[in-house]
Amino acid sequence: MSEKINGENNVLRLTDITMQFGGVVAINNLSLEVNTGEIVALIGPNGAGKTTAFNCITGVYEPTNGAVYFHGKPIAVNHPQGKMVKQYSGINADKYKNQKAVVYTPDKITHMGIARTFQNIRLFKSQTAFENVLIGTHLRRTSNFLTASFRLNAKEEKAMREKARNLLEIVGLADVGDELATSLPYGKQRRLEIARALATDPTLLLLDEPAAGMNPQETDELGEFIVDIKNKFNLTVFMIEHHMNLVMDISDRIYVLDFGKQIAEGTPDEIQKNPVVIAAYLGVDEE
Amino acid sequence: MFDTLLPYLLAGISVGGQYALIAVGYTLVYGILRLINFAHGDIFTAAGFFMVYLAAALPPILAIPLVIILTVVLGFTVERVAYKPLRTAPRMSIMISAIGVSYLLQNLMWYLTGGLARQYPVLPGLGDSIQIGSASTKVVTLVTPVVTVILVVALVLLIKRTKIGMAMRAVSVDFETAQLMGIKINSVISVTFIIGSAMAAIGSMLYFTNYTAVTPTIGAMPGLKAFVAAVFGGIGSIPGAMIGALIIGICENLIKAAGLTMFSDAFTFALLIVVLLVRPTGLFGEKTREKV
Amino acid sequence: MKKTGNRRLIISLAVVALIYVAGFIVEQTCGSKSMAVTVLQKGAVYALIAVSMNLLNGFTGLFSLGQAGFMLIGAYSYAILTIPMAKRAAVYQYYDGGIVQFTIGMIPALLVAGVVAALFAALIGMPVLRLKGDYLAIATLGFAEIIRAFIQWDAIGPLTNGSNLLKTYPTLKTAMPGNTVLFTFIVVGICIGLILLLINSTYGRAFKAIRDDEIAAEAMGINLFHHKQMAFVISCFFAGIGGALLAMYQGTLQANGFKSAMTYEILLIVVIGGLGSVSGSIIASFLFIACSEWWLRFLDAETMIGDFKVPLLAPGFRMVAFSVVIMVVVLFFRKGIMGDRELWDLGSRRKAKGGSDIK
Repeated sequence: MSEKINGENNVLRLTDITMQFGGVVAINNLSLEVNTGEIVALIGPNGAGKTTAFNCITGVYEPTNGAVYFHGKPIAVNHPQGKMVKQYSGINADKYKNQKAVVYTPDKITHMGIARTFQNIRLFKSQTAFENVLIGTHLRRTSNFLTASFRLNAKEEKAMREKARNLLEIVGLADVGDELATSLPYGKQRRLEIARALATDPTLLLLDEPAAGMNPQETDELGEFIVDIKNKFNLTVFMIEHHMNLVMDISDRIYVLDFGKQIAEGTPDEIQKNPVVIAAYLGVDEE
Repeated sequence: MFDTLLPYLLAGISVGGQYALIAVGYTLVYGILRLINFAHGDIFTAAGFFMVYLAAALPPILAIPLVIILTVVLGFTVERVAYKPLRTAPRMSIMISAIGVSYLLQNLMWYLTGGLARQYPVLPGLGDSIQIGSASTKVVTLVTPVVTVILVVALVLLIKRTKIGMAMRAVSVDFETAQLMGIKINSVISVTFIIGSAMAAIGSMLYFTNYTAVTPTIGAMPGLKAFVAAVFGGIGSIPGAMIGALIIGICENLIKAAGLTMFSDAFTFALLIVVLLVRPTGLFGEKTREKV
Repeated sequence: MKKTGNRRLIISLAVVALIYVAGFIVEQTCGSKSMAVTVLQKGAVYALIAVSMNLLNGFTGLFSLGQAGFMLIGAYSYAILTIPMAKRAAVYQYYDGGIVQFTIGMIPALLVAGVVAALFAALIGMPVLRLKGDYLAIATLGFAEIIRAFIQWDAIGPLTNGSNLLKTYPTLKTAMPGNTVLFTFIVVGICIGLILLLINSTYGRAFKAIRDDEIAAEAMGINLFHHKQMAFVISCFFAGIGGALLAMYQGTLQANGFKSAMTYEILLIVVIGGLGSVSGSIIASFLFIACSEWWLRFLDAETMIGDFKVPLLAPGFRMVAFSVVIMVVVLFFRKGIMGDRELWDLGSRRKAKGGSDIK
């Protein structure tokens, strides 16, 4: 069983996260955690709020209520404010009322060590595969625009290029490094996005439907690949997925979301047998 | 105090109404195509020139409708030639095309008219003097707000109550889905440009009755101000554009009344910046969110 | 691989040096008042301004229409600081000689021009860069108009001479007669060189990332505001220097000469050359200036062939023909002359510049 509770083993924790857009509650009082070295999956029917959860973690959205902790440190804390006070239809608003709101822009959160891929691939269209990964190394720079322009940062630039080249090799894309990123086949584009995320030196990797559009064989390879890089780079992985084979194969634990609420949590075995989960996905039998 | 301000207030309402008629064209086109039609101000100028030449050869009863028709044809042609081919291109491309059209129209007008300012003809009745309270002004000052309100109300009714209006609303909310639902996009867009150009033509008749010198670049500033009015009122909102234009027209003239004529133009831009920073959706606009 | 990169660089530099020498020779042979020299001077200045605008619009994807405003700031900064002491009283005759009672050298003044423009850009950038797409465009356009009105304000006349001309400052004609082309080329060359260095650095890559996909760039740890501000300020720095050079080219300076029409022209030049191509902007600038000032002049003249008057040819037709050509490019050749590639990368493997080899 996973080691729950706090402290050194916990990488990511969400407590009472509610995300409300106007009158629509996208995520309802979600609490979950991901611990060191785990591969945790977030599954649920379409529209359940999974990508919204990712966006709350990475700072794209400010949660309406609740808190997100990364290695124990709060990276997002909020409670209903302004117009939302009246509109808020979730619970636990009082819990966070007295806490100071914490909000970081996505780039700061990436700096802290959380990297992500996107549901709809967002590669840099005008850049090659190599350049895409190279851009991922920019955030760890120590040069400023003057030293960079006058090439006083030659060593750092060389190191960045070497790192990008290595990452391309590791994901198996070294031979297409000079191709335009968007000219690559779909499966390779997904791997490229992962390589780019890895270039930012994360400790937690968020993968949003990494196997989308892949055939069963590619999905299997992807599963091996994810376990591989997790070990190689000492990562913790939190992923959204629909391919149940992949999820059941490589996940340590699974959270199930439906209509923004968590309806189940457990190991792959437990989840597969859980009647609530089955009902949510397949609907209840009429007979 | 009111007596000294009165002429400025009247001028403000008058020019505000004229800006409103131009602003409607901007807000309609932006609502549907997300395009700032930089050429709209030049279409307004062209309408002025059409009247200058037509009124010299025809009686007003013929010239006026002909001006409207010609302006509409011009607006329609611009859309078909310069904007339609770029509908699937990135947004910057179509805006650059609009700038290119503006450049072309100005140069064309300069070439055809020789660059000297032309005198706008006096339209029957509009140019007559009339006394309001202690101020002496032209009839057009009274006619403008009336015409503006009537046209704006008619337009709002069109948008809300007719089939084509509903199609326009659908297209402005979701271009692609509207197409998939079978709405004839080309017709909707053409109608939008036709309405906008027609109103600009009417606006030009009112405007140039007051400011009678017509040059190829005369429409640039009113065009820009009308656009600011559209943004201020909330881009996509027609009543908003009218109210925004009236406010700009009045404030602009009050600033002139205060002796700061140099800044009457800059005021409009300062207002624009404040609006964009404080409330980008304008007075009556709506917020949209990008999906990540 | 390193050898090929270096060799390419040396060849490029050699070609550039040749161009400079050619420009110098043209001036010596045709004389400083000739049309060829005018085109070279103005073309070079516009090239700098176009490249600075391309940095912002083409490489970072920020649709800014405020160039004329920052050029104006640079031009005025330069002129105000370099009017010779002896002439100040005459120039500022309506303002008791003006408030600035010292003069600095031409080169320092050019730098100050850039710095002042950059400072204004930093101030304006703070609120404006948070806006998206078209709103950024009209906000910057608005600021340019405000700047133009402000400079003509009577109350600061002692500084700017209000709506009166500024003159007697060092111009191309007066400061380096006979060497105007070489001077302009050198200044512009250094500036464009610096911009190129920036674009090919890690920061340039970050700019392109922001252009391609802001949200992904931010997710990769690139602080959007910080980098947009950087691009904006640096672009306006060089626009300021460009404005100062334009003032030197024109000989006299007046705020009304820097209307938004100028920004539109620069934008059209950038688009024709190719958004995202420095060499494209340079080529397009010279073509644009050559066409509008020189080559198409015959279209303006009423011409007779025997007894037959050639239709259409009359004053103003040049600009009409020109505008039509621009529209053709905008509609059918959207990528412009160079697209997003550079002249010096043609012939090498597609996108091999900075390829996966370690240089």
